Amino acid sequence: MKIPVSVNVNGSACAKEVEGRTLLVDFLREDCGLTGTHVGCDTSSCGTCTVLVNGIAVKSCTVLAAQVEGDEVTTIEGMASNGELHPIQAAFKEKHGLQCGFCTPGMVMLAKDLLDHNPNPSADEIRHGLEGNYCRCTGYHNIVDAIQSVNA
Amino acid sequence: MGNFIGQSVKRVEDKRFLTGKGKYTDDIVLPGQTYACIVRSPYAHARIVNIDKSAAEAHEGVVAVFVGKDIDEAIGGVPCGWQVDFKNGETMKEPPHPLLVRNKALHVGDGVAVVIAEDRRTAVDAAELVDVEYEELDAVINMATAISGESVLVHDDAPNNTAFDWELGNPKADVDAALASAHHVTTLDFTNQRLVPNAMEPRAAIGSYDATNDKYVLYTSSQNPHLIRLLMCAFVLGLPEHKVRVVSPDVGGGFGSKIFHYAEEALVIWCSKQIERPVKWTSTRSEAFQTDAHGRDHQTKCQMGFDSDGKIVALKATTLANMGAYLSTFAPAVPTYLHGTLLQGLYTTPLINVDVTAVFTNTTAVDAYRGAGRPEATYLLERLLDTAALEMEVDPAELRRKNFIPAFDGVEQPGYQTQVALQYDSGNYDPVLDQALEMVGYADFRKEQAEARANGKLLGIGFSTYIEACGIAPSAVVGSLGARAGLYESAQVRVQPTGTVSVFTGSHSHGQGHETTFVQVVADKLGIPMESIELIHGDSDSVAFGMGTYGSRSLAVGGTAIVNSIDKILEKGAKIAAHKLEASVEDIEYKEGAWNVKGTDKSIGFGDVALTAYVPHDYPEGLEPGLDFSSFYDPANFTYPFGCHIAVVEVDAETGQVSLKRFIAVDDVGNVINPMIVDGQIHGGVAQGVGQALLEGAIYDEYGQLTNGSYMDYTMPRADDLPAFEVGRTTTPCPHNPLGVKGAGEAGTIGSTPAVVNAVVDALWHKGVRDLQMPLTPQRVWKAMQSSNGHS
Repeated sequence: MKIPVSVNVNGSACAKEVEGRTLLVDFLREDCGLTGTHVGCDTSSCGTCTVLVNGIAVKSCTVLAAQVEGDEVTTIEGMASNGELHPIQAAFKEKHGLQCGFCTPGMVMLAKDLLDHNPNPSADEIRHGLEGNYCRCTGYHNIVDAIQSVNA
Repeated sequence: MGNFIGQSVKRVEDKRFLTGKGKYTDDIVLPGQTYACIVRSPYAHARIVNIDKSAAEAHEGVVAVFVGKDIDEAIGGVPCGWQVDFKNGETMKEPPHPLLVRNKALHVGDGVAVVIAEDRRTAVDAAELVDVEYEELDAVINMATAISGESVLVHDDAPNNTAFDWELGNPKADVDAALASAHHVTTLDFTNQRLVPNAMEPRAAIGSYDATNDKYVLYTSSQNPHLIRLLMCAFVLGLPEHKVRVVSPDVGGGFGSKIFHYAEEALVIWCSKQIERPVKWTSTRSEAFQTDAHGRDHQTKCQMGFDSDGKIVALKATTLANMGAYLSTFAPAVPTYLHGTLLQGLYTTPLINVDVTAVFTNTTAVDAYRGAGRPEATYLLERLLDTAALEMEVDPAELRRKNFIPAFDGVEQPGYQTQVALQYDSGNYDPVLDQALEMVGYADFRKEQAEARANGKLLGIGFSTYIEACGIAPSAVVGSLGARAGLYESAQVRVQPTGTVSVFTGSHSHGQGHETTFVQVVADKLGIPMESIELIHGDSDSVAFGMGTYGSRSLAVGGTAIVNSIDKILEKGAKIAAHKLEASVEDIEYKEGAWNVKGTDKSIGFGDVALTAYVPHDYPEGLEPGLDFSSFYDPANFTYPFGCHIAVVEVDAETGQVSLKRFIAVDDVGNVINPMIVDGQIHGGVAQGVGQALLEGAIYDEYGQLTNGSYMDYTMPRADDLPAFEVGRTTTPCPHNPLGVKGAGEAGTIGSTPAVVNAVVDALWHKGVRDLQMPLTPQRVWKAMQSSNGHS
C-alpha cells in the first residue's frame, strides 16, 4: 500500500506516493531524483547517507520517509547557492578533503551540523564528531583540516 | 617544476562530487530499467538438490527468475587472468566459476539464483520466495587442514586443495646452509590476516541490451572497463567486443577490489538479453562482504640470518596463500610475482628463497587489495628486521642502514639486480631513513621512552623501510610470468580545430584525481591553460583499449602514453609551423604554447597550428590533415618507490589498548606532479595499513560463516582512531619513463602496517612480549602481556 509523503527538500516540496517502508535515503534518491545522497552500508554505520533534517544531521537510512513528513530536509544538492560552493564545500576542495567523492556528501552534511554547534572545533573534537562516518580514501587527515579551516 | 607539474593544483573533479552531481553506477536510471536481487548460498559448501522458483515468479512485479541451470552450458565461467603453474610443470588448477551455481555452492554468498523485478524492493521480497533445497557438505576453511590430505575437497579436480605451488630465488639448500651457520637467526611465524577492501561505494552493474542493433552496454563500478569487456566477451559470454560497450562512470574507490571481473557483470548483461530490458544490480554492504574479493590471508613462516656484524646472510620464507573458493582475476599473481619478487627489500641479502602454496578453501575469493603482495612481503621483512634488532640488542634503524643497497640512479649506475628476479630502477635509501629519523626526533626518543617506562607508560617505536614494484607492468616480463594480457596503457590526444584538447586515457580514476594530474601534465607539455584540456576515461566506446588503474600504474604507464602522444602532436605541429613560418623544421622550437623560429621573433601559436591542421588550405605538401595522435606505452621495467615509515605508539598497560600517537611517512615516489594529491594518497594508504595492524580482519568460523560480515562487526579506522599524519618526501626519479614518476597509490599501505606492529612489540618487549598477531586488538595485546614472562 502506498501513502502520500511530502517533504520540503532543499527549499521545495517533494510530494510522492510511496510504500510505507520507504527509507528517507531511498525517497531522496529514487523519488526525488537526488542521487547526491549515497548508500554505503545496510547497518547505519557508514554515514554516507547523512542529510540534515530540520538542521540536524541524520543518517537518512535510519528514518522512514514518512517520519519526516512536512520537515525540512537539506541534502548535498542544497548546499551550494547561486553556483557558489558553500564554505564547507570550498574548504573540502581547498584542503583536498575528498578523493573518490562517495563519502563526501555525508561528510559535508555532518560537518555542517558539527560547525553549527561548535564553530571553531579542535582537531580532536572534529575527529570525535566524525566518528559516525567512514571514509576509506583520505585517512581523514585532510577532512579534519578542511573542517577546521572553515571558520579559522 | 613546470607551470603545472609539481604544483598542488586543486582538483578539477571536486565540484561535481562536492555538489552531489557525481554519477556513480547506482545513480544511473535507464528507461525501462529492472532491478536484480541475487539469492546467495547461506552455506559455505552445499549441493543444490532442488530449486523451486515458482512462488518468486508468481510474485507481483517480478519480471523473471533465473537459476544456474537456466544459463546455457556454452556460457563460460568467470576466468582467471594469470596462470602460475606447479613447480613440477603441471598446469595451475583453474576450476570453473559459473555465473550462478550449477551444482555446488562453494562459499557463503555464492550466487544461486537471480530475481529480476520492476523495483528494488520487490526483487528483494521475491528473492525470499525462491525455495532452494541444499544438502550441506563439510566445509574447509583452515589452510593447513585444506592441504593436509585429510580434508574435503573444494574442487574435485584440485587434489589437496592446491591451486599451484611456486618457488623463487636461490636454491633452498644454499639458504638453509647459510642460516645454519649464521651468527643469529630470527624466526617468525605469522598470519597476514584476511582483509575486506570496503571501498565506500558498493559494487553495482547495469546491463542493457539493444535488440535493434544487437548491442550491449554494461555500466559497472570497475577500475578497468576494457579488461572487463575483454574477459566478459571472450571468456564468458562469447560476444563480439565491437557490439559491447563498457562504461565505468564515477567509481567510489576501488583499492583493488574493483579490478576483477565479477559474475554479476556478465549476469546483468546476459539477463538484459533474456528480458530485453536493462537490469541493474547494486550490492548491499553485506553482499559486498561475501562477494567482493578479499585481500591478504597469508600464513607465513620465515627466517632471517645475520653475521656477527649484523649483515643479513640469508632469508627464507614459506607461505600458504588462501585463494578462497575460486581463482579471481589477479589472484595467482599476488602471493608470487607481487610478493616473492619483493623479498629483497632494500637490503643486500645475498641468499633468498621463497616458497608459496596457493590453497582453495570454502571462503570468498582472495585477490589484490591495495598493495597486493607487497604489503605481505614488507610485513615479512620489516617484522624480521625489528625483531632481530630487539633480539640482538642493536638499533633497528642502524641495522637497516647497515644492510641497505648502496645508492644507484639507474643512469650512471646500473639498476640493482635482486636475488628474486627483479631489477630495481633507481634507489637512494639512506635519505628517507635520515629524514624520518629527523622528523620523529629519534635522537631524543629513546630517552623519552625510558622516562615513560619509568612512569609506567608503555611507549614504543616501530620502523619500516620498504620497497614496492609499481607501474605494472612490462608486458614481456609479465607475459613470461603468466599474465594473459600485456599491461601497457593507451592514450589519445585529440587537438580540436580551435586548439582545445581532449585527452583519452585507458587509465581509470576512482579517487586518484587523474582529471587534474593528467591535465597538469598536458597543460605543462603544451603550454596551454588547464581549462583548455579535458580528460576522458572509463568508456570503451570512446577510449582506445586500455588496461585501467591498479598497481600504482596510472601516471607511470598511462601518463607516459599521454606524453608520447603529445610528442607526436608537437612533431607534426612543428612541420605545420615551419610551413607557415617559411622556415626549416630544424629551426623550429616549441615553447609556452607557440612554435618559434629559433633566434627570431617569428612564431605561431598552438591554436593557429591546430586550425591550420583542420583547415589545411595553406599546408605542407604530403602531410595529412588533423592533429590527433594515439600511443600505446609498454614500460621497460616496473618502477620501484621506497620509503621509511615510523610509528610511535602508547599501549595502555591495564587494557591493552594501543594508541597511535604519531605516524611519520617519508616516501620516495619519484617525481611528483601534484604534491597535494600524492600526500592524500599517502594519508589514505597509511590509514588502511594502520587498519590492518590494529583493527581489521575477516573472521570465518569453522562452518565458513563470515562472523564479522558487516560494518557492525568488521572494524575499519574511524577519524578518532588515527592521528594527523606527518609526511615527508625525497625524490629519486624513475630513469625509464619521461616523467620520472614511480607511483604513489599503494606506498602508504605497504609501508605502514609493520611499522605499527613493530612499535607495539617495541613497547612491550621489556615486558617479555616477543610477538603479536594482527590485528592488535586490546584483547590480544592484553593477553600477550598477561602471558609473557616479564609481566609483573
